[in-house]
Amino acid sequence: MHDFLAESVYMGVMLTLGTYCIGIWMKKVSGWTLMNPLLVSIVLSIGFLCATGTSYESYAKGADVISYLLTPATVCLAVPLYEQIEHLKRNYYAVTLGIVAGVLSSMLSILGMVLLLGMDHQAYVTLLPKSITTAIGMGVSEELGGNVPVTILVIVITGITGNIFAEKFLRLIKVKEPIAKGIAIGSASHVIGTSKAMEMGQTEGAMSSLAIVTSGVLTVITASLFAQLT
Amino acid sequence: MRYVIQLFIIICFSFAGELMRRLLPFPIPASIYGIVLLFIALELKWVKVKQIREVSTTLIISMPVMFVPPAVGLISSWENIKDNWPEYLAITFASTFAVMAIAGWTTQRIILWQKNRRIQEESGNGKDNA
Repeated sequence: MHDFLAESVYMGVMLTLGTYCIGIWMKKVSGWTLMNPLLVSIVLSIGFLCATGTSYESYAKGADVISYLLTPATVCLAVPLYEQIEHLKRNYYAVTLGIVAGVLSSMLSILGMVLLLGMDHQAYVTLLPKSITTAIGMGVSEELGGNVPVTILVIVITGITGNIFAEKFLRLIKVKEPIAKGIAIGSASHVIGTSKAMEMGQTEGAMSSLAIVTSGVLTVITASLFAQLT
Repeated sequence: MRYVIQLFIIICFSFAGELMRRLLPFPIPASIYGIVLLFIALELKWVKVKQIREVSTTLIISMPVMFVPPAVGLISSWENIKDNWPEYLAITFASTFAVMAIAGWTTQRIILWQKNRRIQEESGNGKDNA
């Protein structure tokens, strides 16, 4: 059985989709925010691999088929963006300044906390690109001499945090404008947060997509300047 | 058949994004170039939304599932942070909420401010007319 699991191509796909379905069901039954299907699926998949002693490589052989779709899916975010572009044109300053404020607050908050906790330069540059989408963040971290696997880890945790808490947190801090919600989610928690913004509404989703692209590119430009501060 | 064509169009833009990634020296991923290219194509009416509607909607809705495999892959990077994971986790949480709050408030403040100004201008014009 163990050998079969290691060789099977569809095991990874089945495990990913199956645990995600369990996550959807648990969310429906409990109605609890922490029962986020993405989080449930990750935890159960890791648990299954550890319990059966199956290596990540044999899981990834099949499961990577699912992540190959990530690039085309991200490309498709151009559609809601195109359909909602009127919102952007009408609120050009609000959107632009909101994204710039997001990028700056990301880097400043990381700088502040790294100094406060006495972490080294490598930890700092590893964390700097944490709010942008994984593929850009990896490149930024590598260029600045960060620890790339850790960067990926913090980026994913950031995204999941946004995905789980965005709706409640934004309500708590009284951000009610759909445009502002979208910009907040996209700036803070990139693509993983955006999939939540998509569920919240067309405008939220489109503005969140816009924020991913813009804050990603802005971070590429400004991160190397911020990297010199420690 | 329709869906195959839709998928083909979307994959073409992903491929074009990949190509730009290869040709340009920036650490920007193929998907981001792809968004920009597809957006331009939609604006220029080279591609119409209805030509990719169903497949693009399906892909966007299914997106969270696609993050599961890379996230599971993180079991292998655990070694790198097991000594100071509380710090990493604290910074990640704090900064995520800080960014969300500041970006959200900034955007909302300016939108409301512009709305108020518009209302004031309109009521101002009303008085002039009266």
